[in-house]
Amino acid sequence: MKKIYGSAAEALDGLLSDGMLIAAGGFGLCGIPELLIDAIVADGVKDLTVASNNAGVDGFGLGKLLETRQIKKMMSSYVGENAEFMRQYLSGELELEFNPQGTLAERMRSGGCGIPGFYTKTGVGTQIAEGKEHKDFNGETYILEEGIFADLAIVKAWKADETGNAIFRKTARNFNPPAAMCGKICVMEVEEIVPVGTLDPDSIHLPGIYVHRLIQGAHEKRIEKVTTRAKEA
Amino acid sequence: MPWDRNQMAARAALELEDGTYVNLGIGIPTLVPNFIPEGVNVTLQSENGMLGMGPFPYEGDEDPDLINAGKQTITELPSTVYFDSAQSFGMIRGGKIAAAILGAMEVAENGDLANWMIPGKLVKGMGGAMDLVAGVGRVVVVMDHTNKHGDSKVLKACTLPLTGTGVVNRIITNLGVLDVVEGGLKILELADGVTEAQMRDATEATIVD
Repeated sequence: MKKIYGSAAEALDGLLSDGMLIAAGGFGLCGIPELLIDAIVADGVKDLTVASNNAGVDGFGLGKLLETRQIKKMMSSYVGENAEFMRQYLSGELELEFNPQGTLAERMRSGGCGIPGFYTKTGVGTQIAEGKEHKDFNGETYILEEGIFADLAIVKAWKADETGNAIFRKTARNFNPPAAMCGKICVMEVEEIVPVGTLDPDSIHLPGIYVHRLIQGAHEKRIEKVTTRAKEA
Repeated sequence: MPWDRNQMAARAALELEDGTYVNLGIGIPTLVPNFIPEGVNVTLQSENGMLGMGPFPYEGDEDPDLINAGKQTITELPSTVYFDSAQSFGMIRGGKIAAAILGAMEVAENGDLANWMIPGKLVKGMGGAMDLVAGVGRVVVVMDHTNKHGDSKVLKACTLPLTGTGVVNRIITNLGVLDVVEGGLKILELADGVTEAQMRDATEATIVD
């Protein structure tokens, strides 16, 4: 089966539908699937629920899909960098389901592993726990969190071979593997597709079994907060 | 004189034990690495997927693929290792991280912590804070003792939505150091020139001897 497509739009052809649940990789603007996000903006599909740790910034990343009002609901842990998000949320135009960051990651990983729920101490006694099943194990209270089974996963890796075996670079890995795993279909964009046999099989971060469609492209890779130190004299 | 941000960070650095893995939150905790005592080696976790966080890069060396949990550009060390978010929070939830040093909006005498949301005003999200306070071995809060209106942030009970219940072990403020103990808070240290009366006056929580 050929996994390589010529463009983000081609790779998403036939996969998008109104009201679907999309899991997206990335942390802040680091390791986000920028090419696939642009293609979803161009497609115009709407009423999306997007599971993503963050919501981009104004004008970049998932912020673009907020500006076009294609997102109905976000499942995120932190959305503080996006003024348009805040405006839509506070005015009631956008639904938001806050998830503790580790709970969101584990919900994706679990979904990808066929695990519909797991118990965690995270959030016990907070508003996150409201309405969730509580259960005690060894004298401690845990809450039930559900696995995420996304209709589509959009992720970004550094390199992949033609079968989708992928490696990530530094902290750009973040949510990409768990997001990829929880998608019924996963579309991955990479900076470089390399021939089969050129990646060390012992050093693959995400096996190609999780990757159904693959594109290569140039990435802007915008930095959210440039912080530096002075060179000592 | 109450402690300034650097003095609070320096005091917090004394909480770090040699050979441990720790997580530092945003704000004053980011200053803590500047004050880690000689001979104490700790490995800093950044919950976006890294152990062995290095200092900020020199200008021109920034790498968009290498950021900390505050989304700032950083560097790696020879011992650095990267992993995905599920594994990162697996090590947090699994109790492998010895301590977290975090900022706070409010702390209560029973160890409750509020640091993620002001309803109707500030809706940014909890990020990894709920996972951290529930999972790490020890939680140290570093914050100003009072807010900008002069009201105590060290309370009998938190008024803001909670990040965790009964999770805080120690509080380091500009006025000194308090521990969460049976029945309330115990004063461990006073900042230079701060009297016990000043500390008690600025603290709404019950202080036990």
